Amino acid sequence: MIETLQNLLSFLPEVVLSLVIITVKILAIVLPIMGAVAYLTLAERKVISYIQVRIGPNRVGPRGLLQPIADALKLIMKEVIVPAQANKKLFMIAPVLAFAPAIAAWAVVPFDEGMVLSNIDASLLYILAITSMAVYGVILAGWASNSKYAFLGAMRSAAQIVSYEIAMGFALVTVLMAAGSLNLTEIVNAQQGGVWMWFFIPLWPMFLVYYISGLAETNRAPFDVAEGESEIVAGFHVEYSGMTFSIFFLAEYANMILIALLTALMFCGGWLSPFQGIPVLESMFSWVPGIVWLLLKTSFFLFLFLWFRATFPRYRYDQIMRLGWKVLIPITIFWVLLLGLAIVEGWGPWFG
Amino acid sequence: MTAIKHFFKTFFLWELVLGLKLTGKYLFARKITVQYPEEKTPQSNRFRGLHAQRRYANGEERCIACKLCEAVCPALAITIDMEEREDGSRRTTRYDIDLSKCIFCGFCEESCPVDAIVETRHFEYCGDVREDLLMTKEKLLAVGDRFETEIANDRAADAQYR
Amino acid sequence: MAFELIIFYIFSTILVGSALAVITVRNPIYAALFLVLAFFTCAGVWLLLEAEFLAITLVLVYVGAVMVLFLFVVMMLDINLAPLKEGFIRFLPVGVAVGVIILIQMAMILGPENFGLEKFAMPVGQGEDYSNTKALGRILYTTYVYPFEIAAVILLVAIIAAISLTLRKRPDSKKQNVADQVKVRREDRVRLVKMPATKKDEVQS
Repeated sequence: MIETLQNLLSFLPEVVLSLVIITVKILAIVLPIMGAVAYLTLAERKVISYIQVRIGPNRVGPRGLLQPIADALKLIMKEVIVPAQANKKLFMIAPVLAFAPAIAAWAVVPFDEGMVLSNIDASLLYILAITSMAVYGVILAGWASNSKYAFLGAMRSAAQIVSYEIAMGFALVTVLMAAGSLNLTEIVNAQQGGVWMWFFIPLWPMFLVYYISGLAETNRAPFDVAEGESEIVAGFHVEYSGMTFSIFFLAEYANMILIALLTALMFCGGWLSPFQGIPVLESMFSWVPGIVWLLLKTSFFLFLFLWFRATFPRYRYDQIMRLGWKVLIPITIFWVLLLGLAIVEGWGPWFG
Repeated sequence: MTAIKHFFKTFFLWELVLGLKLTGKYLFARKITVQYPEEKTPQSNRFRGLHAQRRYANGEERCIACKLCEAVCPALAITIDMEEREDGSRRTTRYDIDLSKCIFCGFCEESCPVDAIVETRHFEYCGDVREDLLMTKEKLLAVGDRFETEIANDRAADAQYR
Repeated sequence: MAFELIIFYIFSTILVGSALAVITVRNPIYAALFLVLAFFTCAGVWLLLEAEFLAITLVLVYVGAVMVLFLFVVMMLDINLAPLKEGFIRFLPVGVAVGVIILIQMAMILGPENFGLEKFAMPVGQGEDYSNTKALGRILYTTYVYPFEIAAVILLVAIIAAISLTLRKRPDSKKQNVADQVKVRREDRVRLVKMPATKKDEVQS
């Protein structure tokens, strides 16, 4: 497809041509993400209501399938209100600062062998760096709103994100130790050879730590004290309405999808078939393209996000901090040392 | 032994898995949602909804302006003015119920000695402006005329428990 | 090449502009945010120099962690700007003297005689498969392994010192021991007692 485009536009100068192709690739990533975010909201409402023995949205379109479109239309039509005492510039910049990193991180995510916008060597580090910037949107939104609820929510969320980033970073360190590379494509290829080679088995606690930190990073239940409806109304985005609010919303859900996708890539073999190395099944399913496996795994982790939200009550704030600093970080440090030993000694089929 | 078991349970987040199992079971449970405008839950004959004033079979209004309902109303939603009619009977000239004040406790119906003010089963009414929710005597009598058979049947069904 | 030059000049302009803004804007929040912008564009310039590991680390450490804490502090403090400006004239001579000394020191070292183009040849661009991360790691863990480890130990000591400075036992504060709480089993806490049922009149008599 890219080649045909290249031939079609060959009359353009080379710089412009590469710009056009990069833009097309970006759109090919961003537009599906936006669609996925829209339908993730529907999936969330549906899953949670089914668990609560309700039906959920079912009025707009067949079985409520057009509900996200109705929601989006409503949010676009709504007035954007800027509070009188708010800092207007920062108030409008904050959603952008939350949204840009959430999208920028996708630049290095591979969807299949070679199917990646920018195959840089330190892609894992890049993702960590870019996602760590998302906290600015939250802090600025809280501060610029000039509202106590928003400020408290921003403080909570920022402290939470900064603390869980450490545990998350250490979990990623174990992954890159096991794979011997920072490149996501190579990390997936290091898990070649069947389900038992996937990293979630040798790195089981790290897998849990990463997923839990992912929940905390995206401010999802049970770590959603930053929104804490019962205490601080909606947290950092109380004062936002209409499109500015929906930008925050998009960023949060894009981050959720990113975390789920990264979990699938780093711990569950990415686009590798789960039937690799099983005699009959492997050839039976060999026609399935890798991206389908990746999306299936991602959907599973997204479903877990929703399932957790419907199951677990909200953590108390000091317990969140305790879990992050006193439980997850020591476990990760211990596992880094253990993994170092395992790699040096060549334990198991993974490091042999 | 228990310590080891406990260690593995925490390692695999066993308690959380139990919780997830429970909610996961309900994911497939039969849904109890009542799809409101198409489906409705059964109603009791004692349902306390929109107010109505009743008439006797000969068309004479029941209300004798005793003002018991006005006195008992905890939300002060009822206003009654009274005057003597030409035939010498005691009748209301004004009987207002402010539905935006009313709490639908049913005390007015309980206190009425002649079963004039009643609450019907109807609750799906609305008003475009606040004045629409102020039930005047004419409106109340109109409601009563419209649903008289239903009101009478409900009262008859409930009579043996009163 | 020209394309990279254009990008370099754009980034440099933003970098210098935001660095100037850091010290000139009145609002401390804006100053902190301009510092973030400066770090970010600086990372961009480093990327042009093919130092992608350092650039990403700069973003990760300074933008992602350090500046967040800065912003935290600046937002929490209700800074009143008027008293800050009070001693301006009084401290001006000292400030100017320090500034001039620093300027002279910098001029003595940072000249073309020490950092000229003939002293340091312009680095040649590396091939596509060249990994900056790998090269950096190789140097850190071979040539500079001792300084690197010593720096790490110093940082560790600093962390421990910082924690121990803030750690104080407060006898009056009640806190939970979560490990104990988690370990509790039903059998330890609940005792089921069998009691014969008693009739109402028996109790009254």
